Amino acid sequence: MAHSYTPGLTVTETAVLRKRRLLPIPGTVTVKTGDQVQANTVVARTELAGKVHVVNVANLLGAAPDEIRDYLTKKEGETITRDEVIAESKPLIKWFRTEIRSPIAGKLESVSLITGQVLLREPPKALELLAYVDGTVVEELPGQGVTVECTASFVQGIFGIGGETWGELAMAVRSPDEQLTPGHLQPSMKGKIVVGGSFLGADTMAKAREIGVAALVVGGIHDKDLRELLGYDLGVAITGTERIGFTLVITEGFGVIPMAAKTFALLATHEGQKASISGATQIRAGVIRPEIIIPKPAKSAAAQPSGKGAEERAGIQAGDQVRVIRDPLFGRIGNVKSLPTDLRLIETESHVRVLEVGFADGSSTVIPRANVELIEG
Amino acid sequence: MTPAPASPTSQQGDHPLSVIIATDCGSTTTKAILIEKVGNEYRQTYRGEAPTTVEAPFEDVTRGVLNAFAEVEELSGRKILDGERIITPAREEQGKKVGVDIYVSTSSAGGGLQMMVAGVVQNISGESAQRCALGAGAIVMDVLASNDGRLPHEKIERIRRLRPDMILLSGGTDGGTVTHVVEMAEYIAAAEPRPRLGMSYSLPLIYAGNKDAQPRIKDILEQKTALTLTENLRPTPERENLAPARNKIHDLFLEHVMAQAPGYKKLIDWTGAPIMPTPAAVGLIMQTIAKRENLNLIGVDIGGATTDVFSVFGETFNRTVSANLGMSYSISNVLAEAGLANIMRWVPFTLEEQVLRNRIKNKMIRPTTIPQTLDELQIEQAISREALRLALIHHKSLATGLKGVQQERTISDIFEQQASGKTLIDMLKLDLIVGSGGILSHAPRRIQSMLMMVDAYEPLGFTVLSVDSIFMMPHLGVLSTVNEQAATDVFVRDCMVYLGTCVAPIGQGKDGERCADYTITFGGNRSAETGALAFGDLKLLPLGTEERATVELRPAKNVDMGSGKGTAVTREVRGGVVGLLLDGRGRPLQLPGDNQARLKALTKWYQAVDLYPR
Repeated sequence: MAHSYTPGLTVTETAVLRKRRLLPIPGTVTVKTGDQVQANTVVARTELAGKVHVVNVANLLGAAPDEIRDYLTKKEGETITRDEVIAESKPLIKWFRTEIRSPIAGKLESVSLITGQVLLREPPKALELLAYVDGTVVEELPGQGVTVECTASFVQGIFGIGGETWGELAMAVRSPDEQLTPGHLQPSMKGKIVVGGSFLGADTMAKAREIGVAALVVGGIHDKDLRELLGYDLGVAITGTERIGFTLVITEGFGVIPMAAKTFALLATHEGQKASISGATQIRAGVIRPEIIIPKPAKSAAAQPSGKGAEERAGIQAGDQVRVIRDPLFGRIGNVKSLPTDLRLIETESHVRVLEVGFADGSSTVIPRANVELIEG
Repeated sequence: MTPAPASPTSQQGDHPLSVIIATDCGSTTTKAILIEKVGNEYRQTYRGEAPTTVEAPFEDVTRGVLNAFAEVEELSGRKILDGERIITPAREEQGKKVGVDIYVSTSSAGGGLQMMVAGVVQNISGESAQRCALGAGAIVMDVLASNDGRLPHEKIERIRRLRPDMILLSGGTDGGTVTHVVEMAEYIAAAEPRPRLGMSYSLPLIYAGNKDAQPRIKDILEQKTALTLTENLRPTPERENLAPARNKIHDLFLEHVMAQAPGYKKLIDWTGAPIMPTPAAVGLIMQTIAKRENLNLIGVDIGGATTDVFSVFGETFNRTVSANLGMSYSISNVLAEAGLANIMRWVPFTLEEQVLRNRIKNKMIRPTTIPQTLDELQIEQAISREALRLALIHHKSLATGLKGVQQERTISDIFEQQASGKTLIDMLKLDLIVGSGGILSHAPRRIQSMLMMVDAYEPLGFTVLSVDSIFMMPHLGVLSTVNEQAATDVFVRDCMVYLGTCVAPIGQGKDGERCADYTITFGGNRSAETGALAFGDLKLLPLGTEERATVELRPAKNVDMGSGKGTAVTREVRGGVVGLLLDGRGRPLQLPGDNQARLKALTKWYQAVDLYPR
């Protein structure tokens, strides 16, 4: 039977994670099934075709396009060096000769007798694909990549900036509602994943960059600070390729929002351990959320493949821990008390499916089901 | 420009179908509707939906379809599935309703159809190629042209990085020079473009340029792409011929793009008609309405990620997609493009900038949430006005007459110079605005849908407005290719909700000054209403869906109703679930610059039409 779907973020002490590592174009896999890999192990490599440069020989020599072969000093496929002559005119007086030199080192790829253009290509660039997490290779995809498996503690954030990195976890604040300030950041945090509480501002980000932290994890940020960090207003949440000096993961949302106690406690438990982190976020055509993975030395028997629980759930249930994800109670965390089946009229005059959430202070409220997310795991 | 094509139903004939199930596999939700023949007409009876499952962890679009079917089964009591097989034909077994006669579907799952187009001259073949791809239901990722200002290596880098589903290459008139289009082909070949889906197959490329260049194009691109040759889409500067290339796009969408998407091979086997890109199906139904009613229309589908605008003026159909103007995934981009001040001008209260910006970003990262409080609803409806406004500006810029065309001029033209490429969107000749998409279809009060569109589009003179009741236009678009009667019946009875007519004089004046006097004559026993419409007034008169009224408007001397300043106009208008809206706020619509005055004006207007609960 179909059921209404409630999105959720996983925060779990133990899970078996499988990370598929794929090259963008075919290449060579450098490890084999059963190999133990570290986050920085090269698991596959390929070559990206070099940049193409176009030289319009016909225009430069004042020749007809179909005549340019007569002027070329190099043939298709031949290697060329930078500033090497690739074509020259043939005047009666040698002094008037025009030479066309290559703007790059590489090879002469093709000659067009229609357009009079010559295409030059730079040498290919090596692309090395890293394992990203410490684990075991459990699957080889010939020519494409591998699947790396690890037993790990796993935290999904809601939004991030910056790519994959790794480092030791360092707790910079004492409680999930404490704001991370520049004063919390120490030189010893260089190369580490620093965990804050409810918020960090632009000044803290600047200090983090100065110190060289690998990543920051915090409950919330202000949109204006994100704009300042990126240098532009982010229009759609597709991230992961930014180069801002560190990776940033927010666990709750925009604003000053205490990190969920469960998330904070889990990260604190693993202080000093190596973790892998990615800020990559994609919220359309398939959801990718930022993540923090803390691999465990050995497989736990109790471990479950990540996300599987979420897939097989029969929807949200009484007792589930949820986060409110829309104003007026944005960021509050509570437990589902009941799931009325009838549609309810809300302030906007819409009739929607709702649930009742109870909070730690004993209060409770009725909220549209669309406005909560499960804290899974 | 392309004339609106004849509906495919006229070619295929109507099938004797009584029970139809249709789905639209959207980027997040798969929506199923059941259509049944009740007496002599078709009605949409039940609806179900489920998350789309084209992405991980399921990676099989049919899982979501089966879940949506299951919801319809549960609600309707009709057994549609035998395991994972659709039961056909529809029948009764032991007194129970079983099966359907046909299943049809549209899809925009996995990001829809993403194309790159290339031409020789940006606003000639480049623009024709863009119109062609958009009309076929694609999102155009980039338009490359010889004169687009980018250096050759920049063009090549761009092609390498984009990874579209398909490329459309055009350029050159038949019999003209081949050099420039060959040059574009060389750039594409040098880039060695790779498709978005599928690691090991060649990227589909349609060549629709100068026919004399075809042998050269084959030499250059046949080994590097899955090349398809078709008729030139701009055979002469004065003529566009978009249909052959559009048909090729649809074929390749099924053969290549869909075939690569997870689960689609199975879905293609299930359906009784080719799966269409969702926007192509909506375009088809828009053209059908315009043709059947013989009117000019603008249709809009404001979704989570994109806002599609369709127009039919005369015989000409156009579609544009504003790929990053939407109400969920890309809501933050509306803020970035429109600016905070433009959004806030529609909000009837003040709010700290940082609070609003954070709220909008929170919607972007959690796009499935809904407004719970009235102020949140008002903010979303303010943002939608700006998304609609910006998308229409975009549409106007592309829905134009052909550019670069030599125009013969007579002495009289000297006094009425018209540039080639003038927009075809004439708001005075516009008869109907059709709105679709969650924010419009699901607004708690229908007047909210009407005013969002009126504020964003600023219709002139007399304009009818309507909304898609529950977003089923894609389903009906694809259904119209199989059974026109079913599509038409459901469209008229269950889909199209007429909101009413907006009457908007053109001109501006001080608040309270006379704008126009009116006399409205109703049918039946209702007595006529006479009154004065002042500048700054917004009046809403009840006029039911089946009712008509005759409006005589006598404008002030500087005010125009389409027949000249100060000239009285009499028109019959139709009603709707909202009624007859007399809009004396002036055109172009100008909101007071002073914050207090703006809040006062908004409050007055919103109360005048009972827009929100008080």
